[in-house]
Amino acid sequence: MTRKTYKVTLCDGPTCIRNQSREIRQALEQALEKHSLSQRTEIHLSGCLGMCSKGPILIVNPGYVIYGQVTPEDMGEIVESHLAGGQPVARLIVKEDHLYNRFFRIFGDVDFFGKQMRITLRNCGIIDPENIDDYLSVRGYEALAKALTEMTPEQVISEVKKSGLRGRGGAGFPTGLKWDFTAKQPGDEKYVICNADEGDPGAFMDRSAIEGDPHTVLEGMIIGGYAVGARKGILYIRAEYPLAIQRLEIAIEAARSHGLLGERILGSDFSFDLEIRLGAGAFVCGEETALIHSIEGSRGMPRPRPPYPSVSGLFGKPTLINNVETWANIPVVVLDGGAWFSTIGTETSKGTKVFALAGKVQNTGLVEVPMGTTLREIVYDIGGGIPGGKKFKAVQTGGPSGGCLPEEYLDTQIDYESLAKAGSIMGSGGMIVIDEDTCMVNIAKFFIEFTQSESCGKCTPCREGTKRMLEILTRITQGQGKPGDIEKLERLGEMIQKASLCGLGQSAPNPILSTIKNFREEYEEHIHQKKCRAGECRALLKYTILDNCVGCGACKRACPVGAIDGTRKEKHVINQDLCIQCGQCFEVCKFNAVSKA
Amino acid sequence: MTETEQKKMEALREYMHAVKDQPHSESNLIGVLHKVQQIYGYLPREVMDEAAEILEIPTAHIWGVATFYHYFNLEPIGKHVVSVCMGTACYVKGAQGVLDALKKELGVDIGGTTADKLFTLQEARCLGACGIAPVIMVDDKIYGELDTKKTIDIINRYRKADAAETEA
Repeated sequence: MTRKTYKVTLCDGPTCIRNQSREIRQALEQALEKHSLSQRTEIHLSGCLGMCSKGPILIVNPGYVIYGQVTPEDMGEIVESHLAGGQPVARLIVKEDHLYNRFFRIFGDVDFFGKQMRITLRNCGIIDPENIDDYLSVRGYEALAKALTEMTPEQVISEVKKSGLRGRGGAGFPTGLKWDFTAKQPGDEKYVICNADEGDPGAFMDRSAIEGDPHTVLEGMIIGGYAVGARKGILYIRAEYPLAIQRLEIAIEAARSHGLLGERILGSDFSFDLEIRLGAGAFVCGEETALIHSIEGSRGMPRPRPPYPSVSGLFGKPTLINNVETWANIPVVVLDGGAWFSTIGTETSKGTKVFALAGKVQNTGLVEVPMGTTLREIVYDIGGGIPGGKKFKAVQTGGPSGGCLPEEYLDTQIDYESLAKAGSIMGSGGMIVIDEDTCMVNIAKFFIEFTQSESCGKCTPCREGTKRMLEILTRITQGQGKPGDIEKLERLGEMIQKASLCGLGQSAPNPILSTIKNFREEYEEHIHQKKCRAGECRALLKYTILDNCVGCGACKRACPVGAIDGTRKEKHVINQDLCIQCGQCFEVCKFNAVSKA
Repeated sequence: MTETEQKKMEALREYMHAVKDQPHSESNLIGVLHKVQQIYGYLPREVMDEAAEILEIPTAHIWGVATFYHYFNLEPIGKHVVSVCMGTACYVKGAQGVLDALKKELGVDIGGTTADKLFTLQEARCLGACGIAPVIMVDDKIYGELDTKKTIDIINRYRKADAAETEA
């Protein structure tokens, strides 16, 4: 393979297309042909690069030269001068507005990154997380310096308000308002807390953010402390994340020795220090009042709000709690301005969101997309669609607190309101793709099993309600469902949503209610016809041997319970009373003579 | 108690005395429990009682906290966890015999840990390996088509590997 000399990335966003980006591509290809450079140049189309005002955009790598407002006529000059002659065309280079550049440097030429925009994870994989100099080289702690030297605490808060940033832990409360409430409380003993008790099964964005770029979180917290008037910050992190804890310790030590933590930070009058506190494996501690109890050394149980932690939090003092991802956005908001930040996203949800994409999808992993991206874009364009030619069935967002959305919701834009309207939630950002081989009743059972075992037991609706729901679902998946079960689940679910004390209970019925709403027929099949169309509920499966059985005896030998009988070279039979539905006969049969239904 | 354990325990006592006079000293409880578990692998009762005295926190409160969080072990855990699958297929194929053999060989009951702290014995729900029933899982490795003799052989292999490790 010949080595490509240049990579040219052309923005394929809607604005750029309107401004002739397609024609530009043609002109570019022709010009390359003319200079015999086609073999040595790669052309990539990227998703919207967000520089619409300067569009159409064309980026040449290596060198990271950004051309703006190019026309098809310019292609000849760019190819001749830059790609053939090595001399960039100065008059077309975008000089100002380099704000966005920081967020696109290494991306744009890989499909997976094409639709992504990395703000929270901007440095992950790029810098050495254990080296503070690396962080400083990507404008690290510049936002802190700016806040301390050029801004009053009120100005910092006003900038956060202007950005439209909302809590990334799940509930989506406006971050600026939370800061404002805490700042306005009297007293000089206040706390800021970073909630890194990430516990959703399958979600790991907070761990990645800390492991890849711990200083960003610290910088956000120090700025937060300055804004609300706190002198002490606490990072509450799961004990199950040893690498993240280790990197935070290294980062805190480095920040202290650089005068970025401790007394009189950067020569200002502001003093602030940070401490790490470990969780001990309790999902409910992600709830803010439970988390505070845990830091105080007690059982992590929530309490009714109000008072909110911004009024009475840790040790009864005003406390500002934000999630890892929220904190990681703060340096960007302060450095580049709330106005800029608010240009990304939708009307009500600004900025980007990180999702942990998993399940039946080609590309799994962390993806960070601007708010307003559709579920379809994530599942198909970034995720690469469903593997093995299987059919898409649903996408589950928000982990055990979220819901399952079927195909007709694929064009839902991702923001707090749209997801809620569709019957799911943003949550902390788990996203599981489900194909036709997954049983919706079973997946609801999986999630309620989790919330049931994690219920702290303080309030009755959650403690007893989740248990009853699990019992009913277990019965249904074992073929003992009764008419009226669905209605009972709906009634219970609504009651638990309304009457539970904290977010865990209030959202626990979501996976069940959303699957009943969108996949009611699967529940009905399980109950009335004792049938599981996905073939996942083993107790509902019936294995039978078909007429094309040649009597080889393979299934008979494989059966662990001796349920298969038959003479050699004659059709075998499964004794249904003995069969435990393990599926071994189905696996070993070379003649497709065992049916599973 | 080994010498290293004693040293670590001494350090922990110093730590507890140090935090005791700080404001909100009771908030360090979970941190103390983490340190205890790092030393012993679980939370021994007498150490909890000692912590209660030094930190001046009621033992009942400490046990309330220790039992609330999944991360804390209240019983010692061995170096290797041996889970015997008791799913239907394994049961029919003789899992009970395998379990009995393990109980006898290790000298512990279900949930127990051997005196040398090498093995903890557990029952498991179906491990999904019915085709090679009966199976056991040691840590995260599955061994199938077992009988009494094969099972003991596996245990002996782990013992040998561990002895070699200790020598080296």
